[in-house]
Amino acid sequence: MKPYFFDTYAVATSEFGYSMGIDAKEALERARENMASKLSANSEEVIFTSGSTESSNTALKGVVWALKEKKGKHIIVSKIEDFPVLNTAKALERQGFGVTFLNVDAEGFADLEGLKNAITKETVLVSIQQGNQEIGTVQDLKAISEICEEKDMLLHTDATHSFTRFPLSVKELPVDLITMSAHTIHGPRGIGALYIRKDTPITKFMDGGFQEFNRRAGVEDIPAAVGFAKAVELVTEEENRRLKAMRDRVIDKALSEIPEVTLNGSREKRLPQNANLTFHYVEGESITLHMDMRGFAVSTGSACFSRSLEASHVIRGIGGDHERAHGSVRFTLGRYNRMEDADAAIEAMSEIVARLREISPLARK
Amino acid sequence: MKFPYSQKVLEHFKNPHNVGQIENPDGKGLEGSPACGDMVAVYIKVNPDTKVIEDIKFESYGCASNIATGSVITDIARGKTIDEAKKITWKQASEELGGLPPIKAHCSVLAVEGLRAAIKDYEEKHGLVTEKEPTTEEVVRRRLKHVMNPLTGLDIIRTNLILKTSVKDGVVRVVVDLPANHQFAPAIKEDIIEKLGALWDVEKVDVVFTA
Repeated sequence: MKPYFFDTYAVATSEFGYSMGIDAKEALERARENMASKLSANSEEVIFTSGSTESSNTALKGVVWALKEKKGKHIIVSKIEDFPVLNTAKALERQGFGVTFLNVDAEGFADLEGLKNAITKETVLVSIQQGNQEIGTVQDLKAISEICEEKDMLLHTDATHSFTRFPLSVKELPVDLITMSAHTIHGPRGIGALYIRKDTPITKFMDGGFQEFNRRAGVEDIPAAVGFAKAVELVTEEENRRLKAMRDRVIDKALSEIPEVTLNGSREKRLPQNANLTFHYVEGESITLHMDMRGFAVSTGSACFSRSLEASHVIRGIGGDHERAHGSVRFTLGRYNRMEDADAAIEAMSEIVARLREISPLARK
Repeated sequence: MKFPYSQKVLEHFKNPHNVGQIENPDGKGLEGSPACGDMVAVYIKVNPDTKVIEDIKFESYGCASNIATGSVITDIARGKTIDEAKKITWKQASEELGGLPPIKAHCSVLAVEGLRAAIKDYEEKHGLVTEKEPTTEEVVRRRLKHVMNPLTGLDIIRTNLILKTSVKDGVVRVVVDLPANHQFAPAIKEDIIEKLGALWDVEKVDVVFTA
């Protein structure tokens, strides 16, 4: 990234621009090619954005605007989508579009029969994530894309948490739009990407210049794009296997060594870096603070932790009650974690949970 | 390390005072917030002659602010008469803790309500309660002073979030000056219903948003 901050710091120009701009443009295109090859896509099908939020806004609003007169005003999203898709869908709903919030089962898998039934002549887009941001469940995108293909329906998937961690090839799956972000794979923050299959009807979301094949206006952040492509390159299958082994250790150790713990999400079909467990009778923000004091950064679906004071819509979406969300803790494993960290985290959890249960009116000793 | 809480809050959170249960308490209160899911239980032992709270303990199923407030409020109440203890406010607790983030004010309210519920329980059991007060608009507004506006950390009455209240045939109607899709609308609504629904002569609570 560094040379594009200090040496080749120009804005990417057209091929008729000045030489430093051409160099910058070439770096951008190399980054794009690396991104595209990871998806088995053509590089003209990948645009850089400021992150998942912009990518998903572009996908949903872009398709809906392009097709609202020609086809209809209805979209389908799963009810456990992350906020970029969920709240874009809610905003569209307020603007008069029809939205079906598709149910998921107790492990977070989208209701495929419900999907088939929800698609009407008015439907223009289905958006179902690949891997869940909280509980890690990985959807059966093959089955979902087959349903969409059969009904000639455009499909968007938010792959923010699964990109590079879980296989995804646009050659093998008829997915039309894919949201990606660098921040989940040790890349820089503030850069994302959107895959748009060739000939997908999509209206530009932000008006301005003609960058990114006239799909996304604005000067490209070249150091960040180069950093994103590098981050993609650095993820290896070996690393994903290692994360998966640590994830399994966290889950198995928590379930076997701490009483009254429930796994959230699927045991098998889950992101390699994600473990999410509910520690009953205790509250998540208290846990995260105790963990922070011991040097572990974890997250929770507790209402106390959220900016809206609402319990996790994902835990609620899989049929969990307030209590299940209240004590839910997400452990995300990264490249720099070792197996000892997984062990140490659960040992710390064991002590913290025991202490908090001692003062909880719900934990009857 | 950077934490969102004052040193005082962190100390009480790490080593809370007066935690646990009292066997055969003279008064016991359990308060919960459906909006955030937190719960607080408070147990008291009261001297029958002096009405002084001689022992007090609490339990918390809640976040750091909730635990810290439970700790500090039980410290303050210990040794006070029940009439003095009734007057302890969440503001006092929050000041004692060196301030709480505004969005967390409702957590400290919950601990204060737990204490008041324990005192009320004691009074009811010992025949100290005066007759039941019928719910009027004034009672409604008084109760709503215990619902926090998470935008400011002050209550929804003081921050003029309540446009109108009415009471008729056991139905309380409250008009809140927020759009229904506001990030805090569901939490505030649940809190209002919980606070007013608990009144003895209220059968139904309607919460209406302005847009």
